Amino acid sequence: MEEFEPTIVAFVCNWCTYTAADLAGTARMVQSPNVRLVRMMCTGMVDPKYVIKALLSGADAVLISGCHPGDCHYINGNYKARRRVKLLSEILTTVGLDPRRLKLTWIGASEGNEFAETVNELVRDIKALGPSEAASLGAM
Amino acid sequence: MANRIGVYICHCGTNIHPKVDTEQVARFAKGLKNVVASKDYKFMCSEPGQDMIIRDIRSWSLNRVVVASCSPRIHEKTFQNACLRAGLNPFLFQMTCIREHCSWITEDSEEATLKAMHLVAAAVQRVNYHEELYSRVQTVHPDVLVVGAGISGIQAALDVAKAGLKAHLVERAPSIGGHMAQFDKTFPTLDCAACISTPKMVAVAQEPNINLMTYSEVTDVNGFVGNYEATVRMNARYVDLDKCTGCGLCLEKCPTNVDSEFEEGLAKRKAIYRYSPQAVPNKPTIDKDSCRVLNGKKCGVCEKFCPSGAIDYKQEDVEVKLQVGTIILATGFDVFDPTPLKQYGFGRYPEVYTGLQFERLNNAVGPTGGKIVKKDGTPPESVGIIHCVGSRDANHHPYCSRVCCMYALKYGHLIMDKIGHHVKIHNFYIDLRCFGKGYEEFLRRVQEEGVNFVRGRPAEVTDQALTPEEQGKLMVVCEDTLLGRNLRVPVDMVILCTAMEPRADAAEVARIFGISQGLDSFFLEEHPKLGPVSTATDGVFLAGTCQGPKDIPDAVSHASGAAAQAIALASKGETAISPTVSYIDPDICVGCKTCIGLCAYSAIEFDERRKISVVNQAMCKGCGSCAGHCPSGAAQVRHFTEREIFTELSGLLDPLAPRSVVSTEAEPVV
Repeated sequence: MEEFEPTIVAFVCNWCTYTAADLAGTARMVQSPNVRLVRMMCTGMVDPKYVIKALLSGADAVLISGCHPGDCHYINGNYKARRRVKLLSEILTTVGLDPRRLKLTWIGASEGNEFAETVNELVRDIKALGPSEAASLGAM
Repeated sequence: MANRIGVYICHCGTNIHPKVDTEQVARFAKGLKNVVASKDYKFMCSEPGQDMIIRDIRSWSLNRVVVASCSPRIHEKTFQNACLRAGLNPFLFQMTCIREHCSWITEDSEEATLKAMHLVAAAVQRVNYHEELYSRVQTVHPDVLVVGAGISGIQAALDVAKAGLKAHLVERAPSIGGHMAQFDKTFPTLDCAACISTPKMVAVAQEPNINLMTYSEVTDVNGFVGNYEATVRMNARYVDLDKCTGCGLCLEKCPTNVDSEFEEGLAKRKAIYRYSPQAVPNKPTIDKDSCRVLNGKKCGVCEKFCPSGAIDYKQEDVEVKLQVGTIILATGFDVFDPTPLKQYGFGRYPEVYTGLQFERLNNAVGPTGGKIVKKDGTPPESVGIIHCVGSRDANHHPYCSRVCCMYALKYGHLIMDKIGHHVKIHNFYIDLRCFGKGYEEFLRRVQEEGVNFVRGRPAEVTDQALTPEEQGKLMVVCEDTLLGRNLRVPVDMVILCTAMEPRADAAEVARIFGISQGLDSFFLEEHPKLGPVSTATDGVFLAGTCQGPKDIPDAVSHASGAAAQAIALASKGETAISPTVSYIDPDICVGCKTCIGLCAYSAIEFDERRKISVVNQAMCKGCGSCAGHCPSGAAQVRHFTEREIFTELSGLLDPLAPRSVVSTEAEPVV
């Protein structure tokens, strides 16, 4: 059987993680092609709907990544994201999705290597976890 | 009418193509809904590339444009301007990154092409829902707030004043001057710091365009670029500056002695004190923590002797509000406290000094009148200078403080100059970093004067003598890494070249001004190379060492750069504000006020009449905290609306076509 190739959507903030992704690219840090980025201004604007929409439309995992605690460009948007992810993880479990399919990280603008590692690690983890339960839930 | 979208895939020379088969992506894009033109080209950002887009917008009547190339952080503005030149609203454009996030990081060409197609599909789907947006033009208040009056703040304020604008210069200490006022001579020219900084301090006091507020702190800042309102608390000095003549009689009569901050604890001052001998303003201040009267004890001596009746124990802090257009932060640095480095014995051995303490010891108006002497009054016969104390140290600060090598060389020269060339000077260094103008020449000069250099970070400073010759000396224990030998160097005095570190309250200051700190906790500039003066917050600029360690010439240049930025904004008189801010649909809002509590900028108000929340667009920064949380979906950030994100997700996730399409020449099926 062909190896399972997950599809992962990453909501990243413009000021930190998106810049880190740029940096990882500039340094030619090889990353799995499975992760596709959505540029947001702040992780605080990631509506839970976006995460659920992504998971129900074929994403095997969602990554949310922003500035380190205390470094938010908008003062405290990342804290709001943190609270929301906590709550969302609970909801995912109730609907039958593995909460490990939603990951939150802090990657600062200068941490290109951190970004590349996070991407590769996440892809590895999700490969091990297998395809999303969403398909079998009949949600697609 | 259906949208007419043009899609442009860039090769970026050989950076994107051939890893991503751009021709194939362009062909794929042509099959997407509403796409009427899809092209690939060598360099999209070049003049011919932009002209192609402009021509197409006109001849094909395009009303949406997508460019797939490098990161939007690099060329989004370039292409938005191209759209604008063709008469298309720049927000009807979407850029997607297929270089940094695709061609450069993907090993397999087929995978890269597939990813690029998804990214392009997402951009095309999203751009359908873009709306025309217009930047708002905001007037800029011409006044500038400069926070911190060390050499950087002084320079910035003087530059602003010279341009004919008003500068409010706020300093926390009772006098301006900062750290530079504490120095004795400056490297590599050895001109005295006071001789070059005091004229500038006096110029500040005499400059009519500068509103000098000493012993004052900014406690709150509201507003946005061009229209900030700062709250400044002027701490009570308990001395009426208008009545005080600065005669200094009170300083003689006050019975309370405390350690002097300015003298780095090497001398005492009174509870009523003049901050420094050249203080500006040159009038005393009562330290409310030490004054007997202000702590409920009997005294009142200063009041009794003051000939002009200037002492006022009832004075209270005063708050003033300042309207300014821009803010320059010049809050400076703190000196690393070497006490935690117990091996060097600071605080335990009286003859171990910090760099700044030695500056005072050496200063003509310092505690010893400029005589370099030990605590027993005799001059040292040998001095050990330990470099990189707290800097380049994984346990403290990993960065280089940039000035220590040079001031260490200066100390060597000055000690020999003052005491005599028989004094043995030993520098314990890791690397000598003499990078500035005239610095390498200064190193050569000091080497020729006979200063000794030992390469190695000392293990400890100890007074435990192993031989009779070591009695009464401080031993610097060190490995000379060039000779590969362990050394015990006997010295009479040790100077620790202590690191420059961020102010202890940098986090609090960053919060007040809405800026960020870097990993080293210094304030974060907008771009490490091309934006070292500006911050991510429009209208707030950095000057001097609050951004990172600097020597005086670098701090002064940085300050002049910050002043130029502030002057540029004021001189234009207006600035464009991004329209990508939040909007609450009044027909959907239920008035739950959730967003009001979430907004970090207090930009949302409640309209009591309509019972709904309303965004003040001038104050909103577009972070989307409200939009992310709004239970009814009424709050949306323009350019990042729910519909735009949903369609982008569809593009990213919808199956494109069988994967085999990538490797065949067949037209992709959509």
